[in-house]
Amino acid sequence: MSGQSVNLLPLFVVLPLVAALLTQLIARQHERVAEWLSVAAMLALALLSIAAIGRSGSYQMGGWPPPVGIDLRLDDLATLMLLAVNGVGFAVSLYAVDYMRRYTARSHFYGLFLLLVTGMNGVIVAGDLFNLYVFLEVAAIASYALVAFGTGHEELEASFKYIVLGSLSSALILVGVALVYGMTGTLNMAHIAARMSGSDLGAPLLLAFSLFIVGFSFKAALVPFHAWLPDAHPSAPAPVSAMLSGVLIKAIGVYVLARLLFNVFGASSTELGLLRWLGALSMVVGALLAAGQHDIKRLFAYSSISQVGFMALGFGLGTPLGLVGALYHLVNHAVFKSLLFLNAGAVEYATGTRELRQLGGLNRALPVTGATSLIGSMSIAGVPPFNGFWSKLIIVLACAEAGYYGFATAAVLVSILTLAYQLKVQRAAFFSALPQALRGTAGVLRGEPRMMALAMILLAAACIALSFAVLGGLRRPWLIGAAQEILSSGVFGG
Amino acid sequence: MIYSLCLLLILVGMYGVVVSRQTLKIVISLLIMENGVNLLLLLIGYRAGGMPPIMDSGTTVTRFAAAAVDPLPQALVLTSIVIGLGVLALMAALCVRLYERYGTFDVTEMRRLRG
Repeated sequence: MSGQSVNLLPLFVVLPLVAALLTQLIARQHERVAEWLSVAAMLALALLSIAAIGRSGSYQMGGWPPPVGIDLRLDDLATLMLLAVNGVGFAVSLYAVDYMRRYTARSHFYGLFLLLVTGMNGVIVAGDLFNLYVFLEVAAIASYALVAFGTGHEELEASFKYIVLGSLSSALILVGVALVYGMTGTLNMAHIAARMSGSDLGAPLLLAFSLFIVGFSFKAALVPFHAWLPDAHPSAPAPVSAMLSGVLIKAIGVYVLARLLFNVFGASSTELGLLRWLGALSMVVGALLAAGQHDIKRLFAYSSISQVGFMALGFGLGTPLGLVGALYHLVNHAVFKSLLFLNAGAVEYATGTRELRQLGGLNRALPVTGATSLIGSMSIAGVPPFNGFWSKLIIVLACAEAGYYGFATAAVLVSILTLAYQLKVQRAAFFSALPQALRGTAGVLRGEPRMMALAMILLAAACIALSFAVLGGLRRPWLIGAAQEILSSGVFGG
Repeated sequence: MIYSLCLLLILVGMYGVVVSRQTLKIVISLLIMENGVNLLLLLIGYRAGGMPPIMDSGTTVTRFAAAAVDPLPQALVLTSIVIGLGVLALMAALCVRLYERYGTFDVTEMRRLRG
C-alpha cells in the first residue's frame, strides 16, 4: 500500500456530517433551502467519488501516524463502494425532494439521511476496526430512526425489531473488536493483518472472527439472520428503503465481511465454505419467499435477501472470477434495487397502495415509472443485455470453474425464479387493465413529479451504463477488476 | 476468572433479549449485554496494581509503558458508552411510541407484520 496522503478522503465523512447539521439549523425557517442543500451535498459527494477513481493511499487524521492516530484508507475497492453509495445517494436525494412533501418533520429526514451517508462513507474508508464500529453505529442509528419515520403501527413495530436485532449484532461485533485488540494489541487493520500473517488463528481470534461473521451477516441479512429486513425495509419511506436495500446492507454488511475475510484475517477454506452455504441458502430462501408476496416493497425486500445471497456465494468461491462476479453484482444491485424501490414509491405516491392485487394498468398514468421499472426488473432478473445478466453470468461461470456445479445450477434456477416474480410485478402493476377502484382517482394519476422522474431516469441510465463495464473483459470489467485485485491480493502487507 | 464473568453478563443479557416479552425488559437486557461488553473492553487494558495512564513531568516513557494501564480501551469504552446512550434514547422513545399505538408493552401483541 502506498503511503501517499489523499487529502480529499476526510471530506467523504465531514461533508455529509456538516451538511446534516446545517439542514437542521436552517430547516425551520427555510425548508426548501435545506432540501436543496442535501441535494447539493450529495452531488458534491458523487463528484468527489468520481474524482477518487484511480487514487489510493491513506489520510492520517490530525497528522498522527496510525498506531496512535486514526487513519482513513482509500483503495480501488473503497472507491467502487464510495461510487455506489454516493451515486445512489444523489439520485435518492433528488427523489426525496418531491416524495417527502407528504411527511411532516421533513427537516429531520434530511438530517438523518445525511447521517446515514456519513456512517456508510465512514465504514468504507475507516482504516481501523474501532472506527469502523463507530461509523457502523452512526449509520445504524440513523437507519433505525428512518425506518420509524412514518410513526404508524407497522413502522414502529418494524423499527423496534430492527433496533433490537441491530444492537444485538453490534454488541457481538464489539466483543469481536475487544478480543482482537486483546490478542494483537492493535486495532489498525493493516497492522492486525501484519501481526497475524503466517501464524494460525488462536482460539480467541477464531472466536472473534466467528463473532464478526455472525454480526456482519446480521447487518447483511444473510438467511438465518434475515428476520428484520422484510419488516424494516418496506416500512421506511421509499427513498429510505432505496438507501437501506440498495446500499446500506452492502456497505455495512457484505463489504465489511469481504474486507475482513480477505484483507485482514486471510480466508481459510472453512470460512469460505461457510460463506458459500450462507449465500446459497439466502439466494434460494429469499427468492422463494419473494415469489409469495403481494406487497410490492415487501417483495423487493425479500428479493434483496436473495440477491445478497448471490454476492455472498461469489465471495465464498474465493476465486478471482467469483470475486469479480460478486463485486459486479454488488454495484449492479445497488443501482437496480434502489431504482425498483423508487418505482414502488412512485406507485404508492400516485395510488396510495402497495398491494399488487389492487394495482394495474399504470403504464399510461405513470409512463416514466413504467419504463424505468421495466429496465430495473429486467436487470435484476438477468435478462441480456442488462447489467444483472453479466454479473449473474460471471457468478455462474465462476461456480462452474471452481467445480461447484450444484451451486451453479442453484444460481441459474434462482435467476429464473427472479424473472418469474419480477414479471408478476410488471404484469400486476403496469400492464393489466386499470382496476375500477383506481379509475375513480384518475385525477390523482397524472404522472410522477419531475424530480422523482429525473431520479428514476438517472438510475435506469446507470443500469444500462453498468452493462458496458463488461467491455473491459469478463475477467476484468472496468473499475470492478481493479477492486477485485485488492481483495485477491491477500492480506494487507502479506 | 473475571473474564468469564463478563462473558456471563453478556450471555445473561442475550438470554433476556431472547425470552422477554415486554419491550422494556428487552431494552434492559440489551443494556446488561452492552455493559458486559464494555467491562470486557476495560478488562483487556487493565493491569493489576497499574498506575493511571497520565503522563506528568515525573514519569519517564519507559516507566509509563511498564506500569500504566492501557489507556486505549478506556477511550474506546467512553465512545461505546456514548453510542449506547444514543441507542438507548432511541429505543426508549420507540417503546413510548409503541405503547401509545398498541396500548401494551407486550411484543406478542404487536403482530401486524407477518409473512
